[in-house]
Amino acid sequence: MSVILPAIRSGVAGGIGEPAQRPDGVPKVRGEFAYGSDLWAPFMLWGATVRSPHPHARIRAIDVSPALSLPGVAAALTYRDVPGRRTYGLEVPDQPVLAWDRVRYQGEPVAIVAADHPERARRAAQLVRVDYEPLEPLTSPELALRPGAPQLHPSGNVTRRVVIRRGDLDATAEVVVEGTYELGMQDQAALGPEAGLAVPAQDGGVDLYVATQWLHGDRTQIAASLGIAPERVRITLAGVGGAFGAREDLSMQIHACLLALRTGRPVKMVYSRQESFFGHVHRHPGQLHYEHRATRDGRLVLVRARILLDGGAYTSSSPAVCANAACFAVGPYQCPNADIEAMVAFTNNPPCGAMRGFGAVQTCFAYESQMDRLAAELGMDPVELRLRNAFSDAGAMLPTGQQVEGSVPVPELLRRLRDLPLPPALNPNPDPRWLPGGVGNTSRAESVRRGVGYAVGFKNVGYSEGSDDYSTARVRLELGPSGPVARVATAAAEVGQGLVTVCTQIVRTELGVAEVTVGTADTSLGSSGSSSASRQTYCTGGAVRAACQAVRDELLRRAQERLDRRRPEPVARQGSFSLRGGMVVTRDGQVVAEMAELLAPGPIEMTHEFHHRPTHPLDPRTGQGDAHVQYAFAAHRAVVDVDLELGLVRVVELATAQDVGRAINPQAVEGQMEGGAAQGLGLALMEEIQLAEGRMLNPSFTDYLIPTTLDMPPVRTELLELADPHSPYGLKGVGEPPVLSSTPAIVAALRAATGRQLTRVPVRPDDLVGLGESETASPS
Amino acid sequence: MRLELRVNGEIRSAEGLWSGESLLYVLRERLGLMGAKNACEQGECGSCSVLLDGELVCACLVPALQAQGREVLTVEGLAPQGLHPIQEAFLAAGAVQCGFCTPGLVMAAYDLLRRHPRPSEADVREALAGNLCRCTGYTKVVSAVLAAAEGAVP
Repeated sequence: MSVILPAIRSGVAGGIGEPAQRPDGVPKVRGEFAYGSDLWAPFMLWGATVRSPHPHARIRAIDVSPALSLPGVAAALTYRDVPGRRTYGLEVPDQPVLAWDRVRYQGEPVAIVAADHPERARRAAQLVRVDYEPLEPLTSPELALRPGAPQLHPSGNVTRRVVIRRGDLDATAEVVVEGTYELGMQDQAALGPEAGLAVPAQDGGVDLYVATQWLHGDRTQIAASLGIAPERVRITLAGVGGAFGAREDLSMQIHACLLALRTGRPVKMVYSRQESFFGHVHRHPGQLHYEHRATRDGRLVLVRARILLDGGAYTSSSPAVCANAACFAVGPYQCPNADIEAMVAFTNNPPCGAMRGFGAVQTCFAYESQMDRLAAELGMDPVELRLRNAFSDAGAMLPTGQQVEGSVPVPELLRRLRDLPLPPALNPNPDPRWLPGGVGNTSRAESVRRGVGYAVGFKNVGYSEGSDDYSTARVRLELGPSGPVARVATAAAEVGQGLVTVCTQIVRTELGVAEVTVGTADTSLGSSGSSSASRQTYCTGGAVRAACQAVRDELLRRAQERLDRRRPEPVARQGSFSLRGGMVVTRDGQVVAEMAELLAPGPIEMTHEFHHRPTHPLDPRTGQGDAHVQYAFAAHRAVVDVDLELGLVRVVELATAQDVGRAINPQAVEGQMEGGAAQGLGLALMEEIQLAEGRMLNPSFTDYLIPTTLDMPPVRTELLELADPHSPYGLKGVGEPPVLSSTPAIVAALRAATGRQLTRVPVRPDDLVGLGESETASPS
Repeated sequence: MRLELRVNGEIRSAEGLWSGESLLYVLRERLGLMGAKNACEQGECGSCSVLLDGELVCACLVPALQAQGREVLTVEGLAPQGLHPIQEAFLAAGAVQCGFCTPGLVMAAYDLLRRHPRPSEADVREALAGNLCRCTGYTKVVSAVLAAAEGAVP
């Protein structure tokens, strides 16, 4: 159910808020959509990467000659062959394109080869001889921050530290609860592997077709390392098989370009699943220590948080993740006093960076676990405790001092979930597929106990702390064979989320044109920013809308001109014209001209750069500042069944409520909510990159498990549409909020079923097993 | 080595194979049929699902030479001139996001509905459990398959 907003008239179907089919839907179901790994070019070579087997080592020597001696091998390159800057990075260029002197994580690229067959390229890569002197790895932030620890970077081992202090840091209260929470390292596990095709160009530049999240961000870094002007690096978006943050950092881009420029031939690189685990950053694992102080009637007085995240070997987007962890550390709750410190440290573990939720996932698990612990201590209903402290229209201020503007629906989200009927109790004689253990047929209904848990979370939309992550869009309106056609061009990456659909919907609404095409994103236009931070519908959608409005203004101007020519004494002025049903009409509905007539002199093309309202840095000493553009809120209710003997879990149902401001494409919004809930379930129950001494133990889909159809229950979605006063159409970013509170809601339900504390995710069967025998489970 | 097989009803052949090449590699790189996808290449994700002599297989796990003289149906062969009702149902339900898993899911659903034209939700979930999807959370995928089974596709 939705709050009904007044309809925006478009005159054609498929406008905003209406059902609209994905323009890429038919090729995708037919298997014809060209992903990065599907590209092909005549005389194409295949690239492969030589990676360090050691998490930390000195490189004494690299010898590529054995690889070059293999027939069919066209090139084998090392750091010496990087003509420009030898490092890259999103925020700090500290990551070697190809390592020299030292490797800082297992899987770090050391050399690259190109050959005429992918298998030959793989074998050639194995022939490259690298002489390593293994060094002791720093395998945890605690080790990295110990005095006297070896320094992994010239700046030391602290990637960033953010402190937020507000109010009385010594405020006392009647009730105090403390807890330490841990999260394992989660992988984005997008199904499409890192892939692309680099084609050398006549001008000494390169054309790169690649699955990425941010074309211009890639271009800046690639050009710097190739040592050529950015204009000579032309990037076209290949089909993207999911992203979730993993494609924000570069993977094979510079490597493929280097090989293409060296060999003069197109070079394709496609990572295997195993290489993919080594070839992109992950979600920061972390340890979060919390102290909540509250009055006996459940009002928060002070929240103290000490958050330590493992950033792995290089900076990536750790600084922004760190700021998010700090800013959202209290959760969507009013609390007068806050003492927060978040820190990311360098280690010799795999680099961590962007993953959907971006720092807010880690804190949401911790603060929601604390709220449940506080509720238990107070003997209060967990939802009631949340309602008592929740951000609302009466007050919503972050510990940074920033006020959340517009409607703040946290109480409404929680009430909606609480009021939903619960799924029916477990049938005493159930289909085994609905039991924990499922088709393994291991559970008996009598050993299964049910639990219900709630959680709510929030995060920022768009880039923060003074970033100007603008977006550019061009809209061209022209006369096609069967009437007006609008063509949209942007450099924004469609990664599966449905941005291309949203662009067509906005154009239909703004111009009333049924036929809308969205061109393949490339760098011939200005930047659209990254498909991250839940920002594309806001920023690129905003740019498309503004470009449409400029096109419409030109149409109306042409209409006025036409009228003036016909009637020297005009009765109506342009300002009172509007566009309706493909015609320019006066306020009283008289037709001035048809759109098609107005396009006869020539097409109209307008480009717009959309900037969100400015944000500001956090004060380095106090963490105060209006650092964020927009906030988005979502809540989850989880119902779980736990087999008390075996520790097996089945999530029976996930229900989620989210305020999306305005659902531009309701079906796609539901898709985000359902998919985000699944990734949160994965983190709660199964997903973790396991490390031993800096080495990855499970880099495959055999050993790194993501939810299947049997792990995921049906998701019930409740949409709220409470407009943001500042954003286009009042919309709020929808991509990330669904992943925040799904994890803590499931863990809360497990605690309710088992009575165990469960302070670490993913929760393993070992954490739950044996309840039937040695302990008496008592729901908390 | 030379390979000859029937793909989507047509006799196709490929020359110069390495003995280790998978059916997936031959379909994609030698025959230009990119519909079967390469998400894990170890039989865990189902994105390369095709029918081999009518049996649902992961093409990445089938050595290409084992397909000699046999019949392969890929997603491209499902409805060469338009859309199969399952494909229509995926679009109508909003079951497609990034789409990388979609061809494999469509083939697994096709295999299920051939064997079991009126599946329950549990049947659908069990049949699709070998196909990973990272975008959708499966709710709309399951709805799509149930809708296709009921012929409820617009």
